[in-house]
Amino acid sequence: MKGKIETQQEAVKVNGVEQVTGAEALLRSLITEGVDTIFGYPGGAIMPVYDKLLDFEDKLNHILTRHEQGAAHAAQAYAMVTGKPGVCFATSGPGSTNLITGIANAYLDSVPVIFITAQVVSSLIGSDAFQETDILGVSMPVTKWNCQVKKSEDIPDAIARAFYIATTGRPGPVLIDVTKDAQIEKLSYKYKKCTYLRAYNPHIPLHTRSIESAAIMINHAEKPLILAGHGVLISRAEKELMAFAEKTGIPVAVTLLGLSSFPAGHRLYTGFLGMHGNYGPNLLTNEADLIIAIGMRFDDRVTGNLKKYAKQARIIHIEIDDAEINKNVQVDLEIHNDAKEVLEALIPLVKKSSHESWIREFRICDKTEYDRVIKSETRPEEGDIRMGEVVSLVSELTKGDAIIVTDVGQNQMSAARYYKFTEPNSLVTSGGMGTMGFGLPAAVGAKTGRPDKQVIAFLGDGGFQMTIQELGTILHYKIPVKIIILNNSFLGMVRQWQDMFFKKRYASTELVNPDFVAIAGGFSIPAKKVVNRDELKKSLSGMLAAQGPYLLDIQIEKEGNVLPMVEPGASVSEVTLNYKG
Amino acid sequence: MGKQEYTISLFSEDHIGILNQITIILTRRQINIESITASESAVKGVHLLTLVVKTTPEMIRKVAKQMEKLVDVLKVFVHSSEEIIYQEIALIKVTTKGMMSGNVIDHVLRTHHARILEVSPEYIVLEKTGHKAEISELLEHLEPYGVLQFARSGRVAITKQVRELNSYLQEMDEANRVKPEEVEAR
Repeated sequence: MKGKIETQQEAVKVNGVEQVTGAEALLRSLITEGVDTIFGYPGGAIMPVYDKLLDFEDKLNHILTRHEQGAAHAAQAYAMVTGKPGVCFATSGPGSTNLITGIANAYLDSVPVIFITAQVVSSLIGSDAFQETDILGVSMPVTKWNCQVKKSEDIPDAIARAFYIATTGRPGPVLIDVTKDAQIEKLSYKYKKCTYLRAYNPHIPLHTRSIESAAIMINHAEKPLILAGHGVLISRAEKELMAFAEKTGIPVAVTLLGLSSFPAGHRLYTGFLGMHGNYGPNLLTNEADLIIAIGMRFDDRVTGNLKKYAKQARIIHIEIDDAEINKNVQVDLEIHNDAKEVLEALIPLVKKSSHESWIREFRICDKTEYDRVIKSETRPEEGDIRMGEVVSLVSELTKGDAIIVTDVGQNQMSAARYYKFTEPNSLVTSGGMGTMGFGLPAAVGAKTGRPDKQVIAFLGDGGFQMTIQELGTILHYKIPVKIIILNNSFLGMVRQWQDMFFKKRYASTELVNPDFVAIAGGFSIPAKKVVNRDELKKSLSGMLAAQGPYLLDIQIEKEGNVLPMVEPGASVSEVTLNYKG
Repeated sequence: MGKQEYTISLFSEDHIGILNQITIILTRRQINIESITASESAVKGVHLLTLVVKTTPEMIRKVAKQMEKLVDVLKVFVHSSEEIIYQEIALIKVTTKGMMSGNVIDHVLRTHHARILEVSPEYIVLEKTGHKAEISELLEHLEPYGVLQFARSGRVAITKQVRELNSYLQEMDEANRVKPEEVEAR
């Protein structure tokens, strides 16, 4: 399809500076920022940029998703697995509003994505022109920063700022809205990276006194517990976290987005926190005498009932975003700094120690959880296939060497609970926003960013159908992702809540599903339906060995619940291990 | 915790949309803005928004941090009314007939320290500068004599604190501006 397209314009120079269109300046600015992949969808207002893309095909790989939401999620996943900011294009009006869920998702999970939307011709702005939306106003509450460019000469500077803001401090999505005339008009192209903005101060000088106080608190603690969040991964502090934990002997629990920041299986690893997290770290949060929270924000899914959360513990909060400190939980010592810098400074100040009897308490909890939940979930001997069983098998088969992408709900919680994450950034999931439909497009983005890695998506049958059109993207670009549908013909997590808290009244949660294998066939994606346990392992191995994309539609126990659970309103120490409806 | 009156002095870049970003933060928390003024500040190119809100001490800390987090916001100060010197200005248009009755003018000028800005056969325009309560008092006093129009500015405030914006700016600047030697090293 790549016909040779002649570059029509010749480089014109004025006073020795090259004259290019706004569209070309935009693409060249992206290239200068190190961008090589863009996810997007064209439309009327953004046509000048797309036209120019043809001239930069050797440098910029554009992935045409089948919906703008898919492009947004893919760009986010790309950013999460590569550590580079994602880039996403959309046109004006519906193109831009279709991004909103994806932008909000990236915002809540602090992922740097540069969204570039087109806007109608500047003279028409405000007139309710065709496909005009006030996307600045619409995206304001869900972007770290946004701006509109109406003059071509402002494009390079806007992009430079966007990259600087998106990637520094607590990262997040930014949006640049570029009018169609600004894409067409010429400018003298010069690019200067942005490294400083007066009002924006992402780097906070190290609070050395607070770090010294923290060391004293840590050195005197008897039952200390580390809570590691996404901030550890964002600040690339996994090695420092490991060194800190090993020197102090302090057990480590992780949040959903903190998974993979500390290797599962390590003797100090205690598991994952929160509503469906592991028994030990939840329960013992209310036993610890010192909590060291690193790059996490005490989300309500982690804390449960705040009135009964860690009241006995002193809390040290290491967090780069000041607005998160004392927001949900009042802390005893705040260290408003980058996680990596703090840990580097803290390690020499803490004493070498061990907390064996304290760690034994976690191991006792692990045993309880295994006996009462994990064993029957991962090694059931009878009945239908269970989600935990599928995830553990995939975990064993891949030995942790894969990027796991999830949708939202039971599939997500099962993946988070039963996959053994050992490598940093090997989980891509929608945390704060809990966006159903995130999984499939995110898998596209993750595989595009890390083609060297096996990328496996665990999806529910509900979420899969929310963005099922991205199978078209997989077909188009031959993206070899492995898709596992944990199919219980229910919106499983909502059904679980109906079961537990709404007297089992299943309101609009049972799904009549299409034949997913046939659908995959329509997109030329090899697929297989799995119903029986005895064919599960072989089917998973077959899927992992496949060269191209592959879909497994696994029939799961219809009314399985994810346990343990910190029920809404309950304290982290009131964990439900068994539930019989 | 009871609600109190707070004055927020927010220094920002003079960019479009700042006000919108600020009000989004307050709207989310259902905090009503009692008064708002926008002006330039003593620092060139820095814009000052002065907002008066009523909320709890805990909430004001949270929203102030969320405001300061905005990329284009330089610094946010929150003060209780005792910590600032503040004024509002009101213009009141009253009927000349009403003002001429009895010793109204005398009272307005001597007791309320208002100024007369304009006199015409039909109306007189008064200016009153003071705290909200003082202005309300004058307005109440004038009402029987025929108030034709009333307009009041929001609060403008100067802080009593000794440390000025510039020293904060300098501190942030030192922590973030890339030094020339670092650029060369890259």
